Amino acid sequence: METTLSSAFWALLKRDLMLAYRHRNELLNPLFFFILVVMLFPLGTTPEKQLLMTMAPGVIWVAALLASMLSLDTLFRADYEDGTLEQILLSPHPLPVLVLAKIIGHWLVTGFPMILLAPLLGVFMYLPGEGIVTLMLTLILGTPVLSLVGAIGMALTVGLHRGGMLLSLLVLPLYIPVLIFSANTVGADMADMTIKGQLYFLSAMLVLAITLAPVATAAALRISLE
Amino acid sequence: MTLSEFFHMGGYAFYVWMSYGLALVVLLAIFFGPMIAKKQILKELRMKYRQQEKLDNGN
Amino acid sequence: MKLPAIVHKFSSPRNFYFMAGRLIPWLGWSCLILTLTGLYYGLIDAPPDYQQGESYRIMFIHVPSAWMSMFIYMVMASAGAIGLIWRIKLADIVAYSSAPIGAAFTFLALATGALWGKPMWGAWWVWDARLTSELILLFLYLGFIALQASIEDPRNAARAGAVLALVGVVNIPIIHYSVEWWSTLHQGPTVTKFDKPSIHLSMLIPLLMMAVAFKLFYATSLLMRARGEVLKREQNSRWVKEVVENDAK
Repeated sequence: METTLSSAFWALLKRDLMLAYRHRNELLNPLFFFILVVMLFPLGTTPEKQLLMTMAPGVIWVAALLASMLSLDTLFRADYEDGTLEQILLSPHPLPVLVLAKIIGHWLVTGFPMILLAPLLGVFMYLPGEGIVTLMLTLILGTPVLSLVGAIGMALTVGLHRGGMLLSLLVLPLYIPVLIFSANTVGADMADMTIKGQLYFLSAMLVLAITLAPVATAAALRISLE
Repeated sequence: MTLSEFFHMGGYAFYVWMSYGLALVVLLAIFFGPMIAKKQILKELRMKYRQQEKLDNGN
Repeated sequence: MKLPAIVHKFSSPRNFYFMAGRLIPWLGWSCLILTLTGLYYGLIDAPPDYQQGESYRIMFIHVPSAWMSMFIYMVMASAGAIGLIWRIKLADIVAYSSAPIGAAFTFLALATGALWGKPMWGAWWVWDARLTSELILLFLYLGFIALQASIEDPRNAARAGAVLALVGVVNIPIIHYSVEWWSTLHQGPTVTKFDKPSIHLSMLIPLLMMAVAFKLFYATSLLMRARGEVLKREQNSRWVKEVVENDAK
């Protein structure tokens, strides 16, 4: 039975979402982590409103980076261990497209909920309403980049024994531009400065990631599954 | 400049000489590392070949 | 895309081993002579800076190190790409061997930057654009080294490293731009005064000498490191066995 590329794409995406739904308890863990990390900052520094407000965008974004990184394991690990990943690699369809399906599925259950949590975390950090909106905007543009770039790192380390720590070393430097631009965009917006340029840059990073990351991830998967 | 001026470096002696000293240490390490590693490799390969020969001759 | 056969012949590990062996003394001695000359002109001949006194002399180590840290990363990524696309073993070895040298230069750039910063800005570390970018670059190197170290098969390690290095290369301009942008947002007016005014010739010449000397140093140590790796990876071939036997005599 011949399948078209688009039906393969949707089939893979649907499958991943169904599997995620079956294990939906596990999905909550990175989100709880996200909330907890943000909570730690006032507890470790000060409950003072002004200071927390200034730190808010950076703190929330750092927490998002860490939570995103922790959740990367679910991207390829299960499929690697039960042999599904090998099957996907054997498919006649172009691997980058199939990989993109997996990454989108992953983002929908990890990055996307983080965006919905942003208002709560904004309140924890005394972020004003408009700040929260801008924060969510940056999360919408930025969390997919985190999933896409993280997928490359995950693909490189999926076959390794204790790849977890190595993954952070590989992926966090690559996350830095997203962090800088997102956090600073929110900060600039709170200071009533224009943020159009920053948003364009974030969008550019997203487009670059969507086009290149699946290719790099596919190459890395083939190498890891040698 | 006089010798004492040279060492003194206008009061910045610590910073300047620490920098050059660090550079020397790091670059010497980079230089001698492969030399020592190569000797090690040659030694190991020698032993490995001898062992292989013994095994081959034993057959 | 096929390469002409001559490239494959010259990049055979065996030919490389012997050619490199002959080149190393030339490179090494020129490096030493140029370094000593550069140091003379830099430490003794060049006059003190009217703003920074004698401390600016750290520049002769700091700037060439920073240049090398970037240059070597480019070489590493290019070699990785060549190894990935055309499967030339030597390219893999060049990338693998370059990484520790590049990391060392990056570390040196950071350390000498701190030692220069303390008398100049009063602080060991400042989050200025260049130091921050350099620090991130160090982590890119460390990630590359760690990844290759964790994969057993040299061929797979090389390919994985190449993918990582290429991703890094795409990211370096992005990271650099982000950090500069971030730093100019919060920058005080006193920082980075030393790069804009044109540099005096008596300081420029030793700087360029040290830059070339460092390149020669990289070439020398790269060839030395690569030769060792070649022996290790080709240990089952006859020519390596001959080399080992000859060495024992």
